[in-house]
Amino acid sequence: MSADVELRNVSVMFGSFYAARNVSVKINGGEFFSFLGPSGCGKTTLLRAISGFQDPSEGDILIDNKDMSGIGPNKRPTSLIFQNLALFPLMSVADNIVFSLEVKGVSKKDRRKRADELLELIALAGQGDKKVHQLSGGQKQRVAIARALAIEPQVLLLDEPLSALDLKLRQRMRTELREIQKRVNITFIYITHDQGEALTMSDRIAVMNEGELQQIGACAEVYNNPLTPFVATFVGENNPLYGKVKEINGSKVRIETSDGDFISTINENAKLSVGDDAISFVRPESLFIESDRDHFDNKIIATIESFEFEGNLKNFYASLKSGLKIRFSVPNALDTSSISSGTQIILGFESSKSVILPKAALAID
Amino acid sequence: MSNLLFTQPFFKKNGRAVAIYFLVAIIFWFVFLVIIPQLYMLDLSFRSNVPPLARGGPRDFYTFEHYQHFVFGSKSSIDAFNFVALGVFGRTIIVSIFVTIANLAFCYPIAFYIAKIANPSTARLLIVSLIIPFWINELLRSFALRILFANEGVINNVLTGIGIIDQGILFITYDVGLYTGLIYAYILLMMFPLYNAIESLDVNQIEAAKDLGSSTIRTHWRIVIPHAKPGIVSGCTMVFMLTVGALATPVVLSSPNTLWFPQLIYQWFNMNDNWSRGAAYSIILLVVSVIFVLTMMKLFRVRIGEIAR
Repeated sequence: MSADVELRNVSVMFGSFYAARNVSVKINGGEFFSFLGPSGCGKTTLLRAISGFQDPSEGDILIDNKDMSGIGPNKRPTSLIFQNLALFPLMSVADNIVFSLEVKGVSKKDRRKRADELLELIALAGQGDKKVHQLSGGQKQRVAIARALAIEPQVLLLDEPLSALDLKLRQRMRTELREIQKRVNITFIYITHDQGEALTMSDRIAVMNEGELQQIGACAEVYNNPLTPFVATFVGENNPLYGKVKEINGSKVRIETSDGDFISTINENAKLSVGDDAISFVRPESLFIESDRDHFDNKIIATIESFEFEGNLKNFYASLKSGLKIRFSVPNALDTSSISSGTQIILGFESSKSVILPKAALAID
Repeated sequence: MSNLLFTQPFFKKNGRAVAIYFLVAIIFWFVFLVIIPQLYMLDLSFRSNVPPLARGGPRDFYTFEHYQHFVFGSKSSIDAFNFVALGVFGRTIIVSIFVTIANLAFCYPIAFYIAKIANPSTARLLIVSLIIPFWINELLRSFALRILFANEGVINNVLTGIGIIDQGILFITYDVGLYTGLIYAYILLMMFPLYNAIESLDVNQIEAAKDLGSSTIRTHWRIVIPHAKPGIVSGCTMVFMLTVGALATPVVLSSPNTLWFPQLIYQWFNMNDNWSRGAAYSIILLVVSVIFVLTMMKLFRVRIGEIAR
């Protein structure tokens, strides 16, 4: 069974410092929902508030439409997977998994049966008698998941549980987590600073900065239509082009920068008027080296400065006339032998692939 | 020879001066302060009691008489067993067990609070306030407790003064003072191993248990205590050994009718001038205590290396 989780104007204060400020979000039952933000943005605080380890200073937390205030973590229908997993090192794998059933007074025989079922679920059948330290990193991860699921929670809370794993394992665990979530069909609330993790697994994400929600939405929506310069630069890479609004024509906005005029797209609810300071964003993969065949509605003249090889992509760093640095990437399959540092090129991008936002702080500032 | 010694890894790693200091200090400590005197005592315990001048003479021979005396008493006694010595011995061991348990029960919540709940500045304050009273020497602390527990002492005066009781309670006669004094005397030796052991527990473990529905008591039983077991055993061992061998506190605080085993040992050494018998009694206490501790460790499945952690 899965449950809705609703935060209503939740704030958590430590002294006079707001770790989370006025957060309101409704997470649907059975949803894979991620809070994404840099370290210290308040996402872990929110998770602790949902799990019951931290009382909100203001606002309400509702799980399955029931107010959770005054209900301790051991009485909530939630289960938390800790960043360091917090498996019990002195217990066997099976005892770890069914600790919550031992607490409930389930008989030893039934516990063993349930442990075997869960070991099956996490593909560790027959390994229940091992000690935790005999498992590999990925196996420990799965044991932590099984232990959290044994209590049959309505909501599973995950606090960056993949951060200690190496890249390959992390990628595999993303897929596994997503599969487990579909199989058990409960609400997953996931905390991460890794936008790749959030985007690949989640149904929806909430981007946070300095305790406040920046944007909530489906992954593609947040990536393609960021609502603030912070989101634009924190979720994925983005090149900012600073300037002033020159002309507004429906959803198309012309911005005047020291590197020329560009046309970008404005979000429905963004407020911009002519003369405002604004930033146009264009992602590295939306910038193309112009050839005769292409007709982009924006063009930039740039000089190649350096280049880095990422495997599937080649990243080029170029400088504009004003000195502004931009980055663009091309697939490795594309021949770029004619480009080297010092080469002047013309880059083009579509106005539909560029978002314009009122000027505000970026994630990288 | 010296070349061979100085090329050992130990010397290379620590440098010659430090290595020599370590060797000399450890050898001096072990050989001169531990092994030689204790071997001498062991030897003495198996010898007949003769004045120093008669040592090596015909009256100086090896014998089990002092050990026999502990069990059966003197030959002139009409009792089949040495009920006085055996009784004092048994009582000392049993009371020491209870003192150790009481000490653990008293220290565990405080150690847990300091290690896991108190904020750092409160924790420091608490630790300092635990340590500072121990700057006062043991005798003075014991006499101070005697003032508290005496028949005309502070507690009785207050209780009779406010009319809760008519007559003073005989705290000293019933050894309440002694038990309190013994529990208090070695409390730090329980507190610090416990604190160290609990402190090293990842707080997420406690939260994870709680999140999985565990009550506070069960969390302690299944998570905190198993983790702290080496510290618990280490503290209990030290407190038990020192309580069993305590002298100053019982001298000041035990009731006139009861003796603590080390008081008996002390009497043989000093008042009866029978060092051999004193040595034999000491060795009996040592051996029984060690066997008891090792049995307990076996029972609670703690390896001896763990208590050093």
